[in-house]
Amino acid sequence: MRSPTPKRHHKAARLLLVAAALLVTGGLYAVVAPATSVAAPTPEETVARGQELFAVSCASCHGLNGEGAGLLNETAPSLIGVGAASVDFQMRTGRMPMANPYAQAPNKQNTFTAEEIAAISLYVASLGDGPAIPDPGQYDPSGLSAAEVAVGGDLFRTNCSACHNFQGSGGALPNGRVAPPLLDAEPIDIHEAMRTGPGEMPVFADGAIPDKDVRSMIAYLDQVHAQPSAGLTLGGLGPVSEGFWGWVAGLGILMLFATWITKKAARK
Amino acid sequence: MSLDTSHDHSHVNAPDHPVPDPGLHEEERYTDADERAGARAYRQVVGILAAIPVLAIAFVVAYFAIPIDATLHIFGATMKANHLLLGLTLGLGVLAIGVALIHWSRTIMGDEEVVEYRHSAASPADSREEAAEKWAIGVEQSGIGRRKLLGTGLAGGVGIMLVPAVVLLADMGPWPTAEERKKTIEKTIWAPGVPIVNDVNQVPLRASDIAVGQLINAQPATLFELHGAEFQTEKAKSSLIVVRMELNSIRIPTSRQDWHVDGILAYSKICTHVGCPISLWEQQTHHLLCPCHQSTFDLGNSGVVVFGPAARSLPQLPITTDAQGYLIARSDFTVPVGPSYFERNSENDFKEGDD
Repeated sequence: MRSPTPKRHHKAARLLLVAAALLVTGGLYAVVAPATSVAAPTPEETVARGQELFAVSCASCHGLNGEGAGLLNETAPSLIGVGAASVDFQMRTGRMPMANPYAQAPNKQNTFTAEEIAAISLYVASLGDGPAIPDPGQYDPSGLSAAEVAVGGDLFRTNCSACHNFQGSGGALPNGRVAPPLLDAEPIDIHEAMRTGPGEMPVFADGAIPDKDVRSMIAYLDQVHAQPSAGLTLGGLGPVSEGFWGWVAGLGILMLFATWITKKAARK
Repeated sequence: MSLDTSHDHSHVNAPDHPVPDPGLHEEERYTDADERAGARAYRQVVGILAAIPVLAIAFVVAYFAIPIDATLHIFGATMKANHLLLGLTLGLGVLAIGVALIHWSRTIMGDEEVVEYRHSAASPADSREEAAEKWAIGVEQSGIGRRKLLGTGLAGGVGIMLVPAVVLLADMGPWPTAEERKKTIEKTIWAPGVPIVNDVNQVPLRASDIAVGQLINAQPATLFELHGAEFQTEKAKSSLIVVRMELNSIRIPTSRQDWHVDGILAYSKICTHVGCPISLWEQQTHHLLCPCHQSTFDLGNSGVVVFGPAARSLPQLPITTDAQGYLIARSDFTVPVGPSYFERNSENDFKEGDD
C-alpha cells in the first residue's frame, strides 16, 4: 500500500537520522565509559608533581622540604607558611628561581608553564597555611567609582609611596636593594605582593587593607599611568632625576650660551 | 662717567703695576672685513627674526586646532600634544628673539672697543657744600631749632608706631612656655584606650589579623572626629607605624615588656631629625629608613638610630588589646615626638643599651 503522505520524508531526513544516531551513541558512551587518564589530576597528584618540580628547581637553596638554608652570606628563607600566592608571585614574575645571589631577586623572563607554577604553589601551600592565589574579583580594578579611586590614591600615598614613589616609578633602598617600578606590574602581581611581602617589602594584609581597597589602589595606579605627560617625564622619579638633568643639561646649555654671548665675534 | 676713545691710557700704567696694561687690539671683525660674510650675518639675523612670527602663528594654531586631550607618542612616552606644542613654539620663539639679538650685536653692530675709567662715586666738593647749606637752611626754617618739642614729638609719635607692629607678632602663636609646650608639642591625642585604626580607611586593627612582617600606617580613631587645621595639627603628631616581628628575632627591653602585643610594636611615624613622615620599612632587617636624610631606625631594638643624622630613638607607643582583641593605646607617647627643639628634655629617650 502506498503511503498517503509520500512527501513527509524530507531530503535531509536521512542525514539528520544518522546525526541523531551518532549523538545518542556518543552521548551514551560518554556517560557509561569509565574515566580515562586525560581527566584533570587530583590535588594529591598535583602536589606530588609540585614536589618533584620543587626538588629540581627550588630545593638546592630552600631545602628538600622547603625548610630554608643558609647559603654563604645569604639565607634562603623557609617556605613553610608563605602560601601559594607567594610562590605564584615569585615564579610568575621570574624572580625565582634566582639566577645569582643578588642583593635581591630581580624580575626576569619566567620559563615555567602556568601548570608547573600551579603545581609548585599547591605543594608549598601544603607545607603550611599562607595567602592563597587571589581570584580576579579580589584584584580586578574595573568598575570603581571616582571616589573609590581617590581613596585608593590616598591609601597608595600613605602606604606605598615611601618606597615605590608617588606614581609607582620605584625607588632605591639601602644595600643595593630597590623598590621596583610598578608601571608594568599586573593587578594580580600587586595584590600578591601586598599580601605576601616579597623580600624586604612588608606585608599589607587584609586586616588593615581589605580587597576592595587593594582594587582601589590598583585602579589609582592604572589611572596615573594612563595620564599623558606634558613633556619628558625623566622617569617620574622626582627631584633626583629632574635635578640631574637640570644641573647637567640645563646649566650646561646656559653656560654654552654665556660663553657664546661674551666671546668676541670671529676676527680676520 | 666719561668714555675715552683716544686709546691713550699710559697715565694709568703705574710703574709698579704688577700686570702690564694689555691695551686695545685693533683687529677687524670678519664680518666687517669681508662684505659677503657681513651680508651672510645680516641674512642670518633676519632669518631668525622671521622665524619668530612663524612660531607665534604655530602657537596660535596649536592653541585652537589641537584638542586638549590629543596625545603624541614620542621617545616611548605618551605626551599631551597641545601642551607639548604650546611649550615648544613659545619656548623656541623666545629663544629666537635672544639668539637674533645677540647674533646681531656680535656681527653687525659697531665693533669699536672703548675704555671706561672708574671715578670716585662722590659728588664734587662744591656740590656737597651747597647741599649742606641748603639742608641747614631747611632745618632753620622748620623751626625745630627753636621749638624743641617738635622734634621730640615727631620722634615719639613715629617711634610708638613700632608697638602695634611688634604686637601683631603675637599672632604667630602662643608663647612657648614650659606649660604651653606640655599642652601642644609635647602632647598628642593618644590616650589610654584610644583605638588604633588604619589610616585613610579607618579599619580597626585586630591583633590576631596582623601577620609577621606586616606594616600598618595607623592613626588614633579619635583623629577622624577632628577637622581642618586641628585635624592636620594632631595628625602631624599622632601618625603611627605598627609592625609585627618574630619575637625571637627582636630585643624587647625589660622596661618595655608590656608595650607590645606578641611582637606587634607601635612607633611614631615622625622622624626625630627634622620631622619627615617615615614608613620605608624593611621587614627582614627591621630597619626603618627616612627618605629625607637617610636616618635609619632599628624597630627590632626599641627604635634606636643605626645610621644617619637623627640623634634620638624613634618614640615607641605602649599598646595593648581591648576585650575583643583590637589594638588600643595604653597611654600617650612617653617622650615628645618629632624633631628636636631647644627646650626639649632628652633624658627620657631610649638609648642603645638601656633596659
